Amino acid sequence: METPEQNIVTNLPRLETAVHVDAEQAEAPLGATVFDAQSVSIWYSAFKAVTNVSLTIHEREITAFIGPSGCGKTTVLRTLNRMNDLIPGARVEGDVHYRGESLYAASVSPIAVRRRIGMVFQKPNPFPKSIYDNVAYGPRINGERNKAKLDEIVENSLRGAALWDEVKDRLNKSGLGLSGGQAQRLCIARTLAVEPDVVLMDEPCSALDPIATGAIEDLMHEIKSRYTIVIVTHNMQQATRVSDRTAFYSVLRDEKSDTRTGVLVEYGRTEQIFNDPRDERTKAYVTGRMG
Amino acid sequence: MAVTTEPGNIDLREPKGWRRTKNRTATALMVLSFVLVIIPLGFVLFTVIAKGASAITWSFLTSSIPPNVAPADEGGIGPAVVGTIEITALATVMAVPLGVLGAVYLNEYGGRNWLSALIGFMSDVMTGVPSIIMGLFIFSIWVLHFGYSGLAGALALGCLMLPIVIRSTYEMLRLVPNSLREGSYALGATKSRVTMTVVLPAAIGGIVSGALLAVARAAGETAPLLFTILTVTTVNRNVFSGPNTSLPSLIFVNASSPYVGAQARGWGAALTLIAIAFILMVVARLITARFARYAQ
Repeated sequence: METPEQNIVTNLPRLETAVHVDAEQAEAPLGATVFDAQSVSIWYSAFKAVTNVSLTIHEREITAFIGPSGCGKTTVLRTLNRMNDLIPGARVEGDVHYRGESLYAASVSPIAVRRRIGMVFQKPNPFPKSIYDNVAYGPRINGERNKAKLDEIVENSLRGAALWDEVKDRLNKSGLGLSGGQAQRLCIARTLAVEPDVVLMDEPCSALDPIATGAIEDLMHEIKSRYTIVIVTHNMQQATRVSDRTAFYSVLRDEKSDTRTGVLVEYGRTEQIFNDPRDERTKAYVTGRMG
Repeated sequence: MAVTTEPGNIDLREPKGWRRTKNRTATALMVLSFVLVIIPLGFVLFTVIAKGASAITWSFLTSSIPPNVAPADEGGIGPAVVGTIEITALATVMAVPLGVLGAVYLNEYGGRNWLSALIGFMSDVMTGVPSIIMGLFIFSIWVLHFGYSGLAGALALGCLMLPIVIRSTYEMLRLVPNSLREGSYALGATKSRVTMTVVLPAAIGGIVSGALLAVARAAGETAPLLFTILTVTTVNRNVFSGPNTSLPSLIFVNASSPYVGAQARGWGAALTLIAIAFILMVVARLITARFARYAQ
């Protein structure tokens, strides 16, 4: 083990094995496996953004991805619903299984994947449409035309996102007129409206004030009973507040070629990652000595 | 130590010296440029209204074109008004959908492939082609085989409008933030859905005003019509066959005529043309505002 004085990012004993502490924790029952990633590396053209990530994500749990900037958390997250397909030059090596199906098999349609695996982005991105049309957008592209049914979906989704009471009198007003926190909850409602299996959240609170952040975190706790959630966050307190399981990523620098790549360092239950980290780098990060 | 200043000694006035001189010089130059730009514009408008307004009556706008020797209060410009509307409308129907679809291909589908690079480059080159060349082009490939018609004029105007529509639409689509596309993709939308339901609605205001600018530009073109529609003195309601006429062609013919009556009708036609362009601009503004009601 390296000492804390050494540069933790550059001195890595091994590439291939992140610490996984699940097996030792028999007292915490695992839900069904939703994602199973094995030896995943992700490239943006010639740049290897993430190297050799393996982890499993379980049903009805909140899994947090933490780590310093540039460590590939968001890249891994976007791999889980094939959003990286939209970036020219991005490609994935290794296996990502979603409920037993290989996500990157040739026969898999990214459209079908994204209908089951929704995503909330870092910056709230409501469409320039009315609040109602924002929420009804997903059901409509899935073919729902029945007005009464749509009304019901919109109300339930907005209630689910704890936004109904604030917007019920102005459903036909622009979604762009909402405050940052409301806009982000609108985006969450929009995601819930298609009844996804998994909700991926990419730093959903980074543009929000503490009160709006609190509202979103409460919301995550509420919807956790129905959805599997994966959240990327820069905020370690947030990870401890909301998540059941935490994956710590870090940056690995190759001295010879001066290239950087993201690696998964340690993955386990959130209490264990923050109270009893097994890897020195995790310890340095969660105690605030790095990143 | 922090700088401490006695209350009452703080000077918050604009700094004197060179910086203030620069600021005032630049402001004065900007005001001067604005005035210089306004002068020719105001003069053109004033002259056309002064010389054309007296001619405008309902019967002037609808009557047939009399011989050039006829006095000013006889006949009108009806066939030219009808011809301009017919030909410009037909050109718009051909060029705007094609141009918008082309721009959608360039920005949404083509990406950086060689075909979209080629189309983008050729359309930029087309923007610089003089309008009389467009007229000659249509003359040689269409008029020589099928004869003069409003359709031939519309083809020439359409060729002029196409690159303008492509360029303005392309710029508007580029302004649509990628986060909107991603938000739509993340809900399981296909590329065509994303384009139809998010990208185009977000850009529609700019697309419509760009298209109407192209329409206004085409409505005022003379050169491409000289070789393609000829001139007539009675209304030709069939835009697809037979010679036709237009306001710019009429102005061109009448302005070079020695007869006072013909010249007066020319001024009236000029004012009518400006009014049509003005109405199109107002409509563009209204449509833009209507579509932009959710964009803040």
